[in-house]
Amino acid sequence: MNWLFRYANPHEFMRLSGAVLPFTAVATVLCLVLALYLGFTAPPDYQQGRTVLILFIHVPAATSAMMVYGAIAVCSLLSLVWRHPLSDTAARAAAPLGVIFTVLGLVTGSLWGRPMWGTYWAWDPRLTSFLLLLFLYFGYMALWNAIEDETKAARAAAVLALVGAVNIPIIKFSVNWWNTLHQGESIVTGDLAPVFLAPLLLMMAGYVLLFVTLWMVRIRTAILERRATVLMQRGAQ
Amino acid sequence: MNFDMSPYGAYIWPAYGISALALAGLTSWSWIRWRRAKAKLAALEQRK
Repeated sequence: MNWLFRYANPHEFMRLSGAVLPFTAVATVLCLVLALYLGFTAPPDYQQGRTVLILFIHVPAATSAMMVYGAIAVCSLLSLVWRHPLSDTAARAAAPLGVIFTVLGLVTGSLWGRPMWGTYWAWDPRLTSFLLLLFLYFGYMALWNAIEDETKAARAAAVLALVGAVNIPIIKFSVNWWNTLHQGESIVTGDLAPVFLAPLLLMMAGYVLLFVTLWMVRIRTAILERRATVLMQRGAQ
Repeated sequence: MNFDMSPYGAYIWPAYGISALALAGLTSWSWIRWRRAKAKLAALEQRK
């Protein structure tokens, strides 16, 4: 674990993230542009027609939303076990990103559901558990803002994040465990034609890289804001 | 590239539009906050 603590040091994190950021930013743009090009040149699906284009933005948003929550849960665990303040900063910085990905997963899924299922929304296990993810994000952020003492807020938010992590496998396996309107797994099973798989995987890579880039920017911002607060407190004394 | 979405344009374009707006907004917001924090800290350090 020594390597982790080395980079979890705010000073080391600023140095390392400053060096990595330009590369992740460029890689994000390249992946997104190439995915859009391949997506818009892909033929219509024999069943879904051109609505298959929504696949290329719905799946990346939904998987990113779950991945971000997973990242928050891991940081929360690190914070609770090793009490490292940067873990709390990282977890808190990721939450608004997770909210946006979750909302995009819900909105794009709804816009895909209307022409394919005949409805924007159904109280189906996959959709409902995914909506619960949005409420978990809101709860997590609300808890941070509700408790004034930052150490106590971090502790409470970390516990909530870990309890809520139970929802991630429920979302993932809901299509296997229950009868649902939502289609099952098609990437791992190899059911997706390569002409659709390539733009989808590239877009997923683009979304993950975008998250990594923005997460680093937001952690860096939080570190600078903390330094500014310390300076202001010293100035006031 | 094929931009003909018929008959599903009413669903596909809003899905792409909302995603593009949200991700661009998120990027801009994060960037603006970073620039502000950097400027504030620089001003405080100069005052020291």
